[in-house]
Amino acid sequence: MVSEATNTLKKSVFWDWMTTVDHKKIAILYLLAGTLFFLKAGLMAVIFRIQLIAPEMEFISGQTFNEFITMHGTLMLFLAVTPIFFAFMNFVVPLQIGARDVAFPFVNALGFWLFFLGGLLLSLSWFFGGAPDAGWTSYVPLASREFGGVGIDFYVLGLQISGFGTLVSGINFIVTIINMRAPGMTMMRLPLFCWTTLLTSILIVFAFTPLAAGLALLMLDRIFDAQFFIPGEGGNVVIWQHIFWIFGHPEVYILVLPAFGMISEVIPAFSKKRLFGYTSMVFAVLIIAFLSFMVWMHHMFTVGIGPIANSIFAISTMTIAVPTGIKIFNWLFTMWGGKLTFNTAMIFAASFVPTFVLGGVTGVMLAMAPVDHLYHDTYFVVAHFHYIIVGGIVLGIFAALFYWYPKMFGHKLNETLGMIMFWLFYIGFHLTFFIQHILGLVGMPRRVYTYLEGQGMDTMNFISTIGAFLMAVAVIILIINIVYSALKSEPVTVDDPWDARTLEWATHTPVPEYNFAQTPQVRSLDPVFYEKIHGNGKMKPAEPLDDIHMPSGSILPFFISLGLFIAGFGFISFHLDLFISPYVLIAIGGIVTFGSMGLRSMQTDHGYHISKETVEEMEKELS
Amino acid sequence: MADTADLSKGLPTNPEKATLEGKNKFLGMFVFLAGEVTMFATFFGTYLGLRDGTAGGPEPADLFQLPLVFIMTMILLTSSLTSVLAVYAMKKNQFQKLKLWMWVTFLLGVSFLSLEIYEFVEYYEHGLGYTSSAFASSFYTLVGLHGAHVLFGLGWILLLLLRYRGTGVTLSNAPKFYAFSLYWHFIDVVWVFIFTVVYLMGIGA
Ligand code: HEM
Ligand SMILES: [Cu+2]
Repeated sequence: MVSEATNTLKKSVFWDWMTTVDHKKIAILYLLAGTLFFLKAGLMAVIFRIQLIAPEMEFISGQTFNEFITMHGTLMLFLAVTPIFFAFMNFVVPLQIGARDVAFPFVNALGFWLFFLGGLLLSLSWFFGGAPDAGWTSYVPLASREFGGVGIDFYVLGLQISGFGTLVSGINFIVTIINMRAPGMTMMRLPLFCWTTLLTSILIVFAFTPLAAGLALLMLDRIFDAQFFIPGEGGNVVIWQHIFWIFGHPEVYILVLPAFGMISEVIPAFSKKRLFGYTSMVFAVLIIAFLSFMVWMHHMFTVGIGPIANSIFAISTMTIAVPTGIKIFNWLFTMWGGKLTFNTAMIFAASFVPTFVLGGVTGVMLAMAPVDHLYHDTYFVVAHFHYIIVGGIVLGIFAALFYWYPKMFGHKLNETLGMIMFWLFYIGFHLTFFIQHILGLVGMPRRVYTYLEGQGMDTMNFISTIGAFLMAVAVIILIINIVYSALKSEPVTVDDPWDARTLEWATHTPVPEYNFAQTPQVRSLDPVFYEKIHGNGKMKPAEPLDDIHMPSGSILPFFISLGLFIAGFGFISFHLDLFISPYVLIAIGGIVTFGSMGLRSMQTDHGYHISKETVEEMEKELS
Repeated sequence: MADTADLSKGLPTNPEKATLEGKNKFLGMFVFLAGEVTMFATFFGTYLGLRDGTAGGPEPADLFQLPLVFIMTMILLTSSLTSVLAVYAMKKNQFQKLKLWMWVTFLLGVSFLSLEIYEFVEYYEHGLGYTSSAFASSFYTLVGLHGAHVLFGLGWILLLLLRYRGTGVTLSNAPKFYAFSLYWHFIDVVWVFIFTVVYLMGIGA
């Protein structure tokens, strides 16, 4: 895979991956783990769509249905899409800004292990009395100690741990993008993907911390009998909704901004044109990021907050459509008059545009507070956010996968299989979700495990499920494609297989451990393209060739996370009948975590150097 | 990325930001504290929403004693000042002074925390358990979280003081002492808000 050929320190493969702090390897770990959660959550969706294929089915029980929709949503948002984004961010952002690594390689690894073990903790719920079942929003009182089962404890602690990982990764990306840019890479020359990574990370810092607070409150309520959400004891259930959506709405933008960035890379590359309106694109994402904190109450129109608040939040919600519209036009104008190549990456990116518009239009419809009483908690909302999440985010991810695959793995994915997959997925997606708008309008409530015959819902549900099958087949074809291409594809030996524009295409394939032998001097937006036109096609170095300093690997990120995993399980086990006392588990976990942190701060890590000669040798071998 | 600054003329005036690593730590710490602000804001919001939810149990005005809280505030404010003096000494490359002021900071932190524990015990004896009411839970959670931050800070500075007891100011430990002082100021600012929002407003209401 990526850096086997270039790995200078000899270690066993397993140990190497457990201790790696190399952003490119961490990217692969994120991609693998995120894909596993994606497949798991997707499988659940197929199963509960089968349950809904006909009225009064008894394929799974109502309880299982609730557990599946909860886990589906939670996994997809927190443990599938976010990590897959982190995979691309980790791999691409340092290359795009001309850096040798991220700002905090150790923290980067820590972020991965926290996410992964947090996700594992959440998934353990299946073996200890059932998964969480109160929806991905876990509203109280449904999720409070009186009504929610032990699954909710797994939800609270699993998300707490993985959310902490997301938070530290976000901090790492912010510092990386601000401090580690190569000479000449000014903020207004940053590729859009870096901009959106920066803004997503900022949103993470301000949104995941309220989530952490909210989850802590719910945990204290459930495990230590606090009274935050118990109305009889002076508590208040609406507070949970506020906290959740103060996190939750920025979260949806945390997810969509990187997808914006991805297609802003793919579309110019295959239109052979620079991104139209770069500056307005940057300002549009800035405004969107800011506004995303001003709209959370649109999820609570029906709670009864009052007409004034509802009006204010309706208007602020609608204003987000303005910067979003700017972006849509810029993508269209980038393609307009370009030399278009419709390969798989491009067709995914291009089809993002119309589907995302549909999601935005229903968003504005939902933002009209009075009418929202009709839509709220029906399949109309489900259709809305899937147009954004699948039609926007997942299409963006597929575009990015096909686009960056050769840089990450040294060969392209098969185009024929890619196109088949695209059409299956695209048709399947619209079949599944378009019809759900109408289902919602005729009154089908969301999160209900079955329906009666003869209410005008039978055919539409049937069509929706068939669409889900098509999407599942498309994902299977993607997996076949990955295996097939690994075996059959020509290795990519050139640096720049797509004739693209940004700095990641100036590195060798496979990317050597140190990324750039010499830090490049950036002279323009789209620097690689600039050098192709105005230079000799190679980046000019900004420094002489010298020894390269690298951070050394460490197993401590794994142990810090493992300790939290054990302690988290300890907290949950207050509600389990285990042979071991919860306090013992919490103590062990605490010792492992704080011990590892202490060890880390006591050891002096100078990293190691790759000598100039080795670098020269590797450069010769790779070019 | 290690110590790449020019040391031929002695330590630079801002040793904490002289290396790229130092700059990264500096910015990273600021971003982290920005996140902490929103987290504390959430707990403050929750407290404000629930402080009237006393469910027949003790109320803020029955419990809070201004003199004690005032002493605690003064102790923490002073400890913030001593940490500034420590950083000031660090910039002048006076390592002994740095250590001295950091130890003073540490001791002030310990006394603050002891008073807080005393305070909680006192309230408990007046019938305010953690589960007594929504007010009780949100009070103990907000103030206790702040206390936990103080405790973490104490562990942190203790570790730094022990590990670097004989090294002098270097480009690799300066960013660490500096990051600690940022964190400590942050804790102090949070306490000022707790003092106002929880205690003053609690007694006034
Ligand atoms: C023009 C932009 C958008 C507008 C005006 C908008 C508006 C809304 C409104 C008003 C709701 C609440 C509906 C209800 O519960 O009755 C909603 C729900 C939702 N939206 Fe959007 N939205 C927009 C973009 C997005 C984006 C970009 C995402 C995701 C990346 C997203 C994901 C969601 C999700 C997940 C829900 C449902 C949450 C739940 O109740 O489980 N939306 N949207
Ligand atoms: Cu929203």
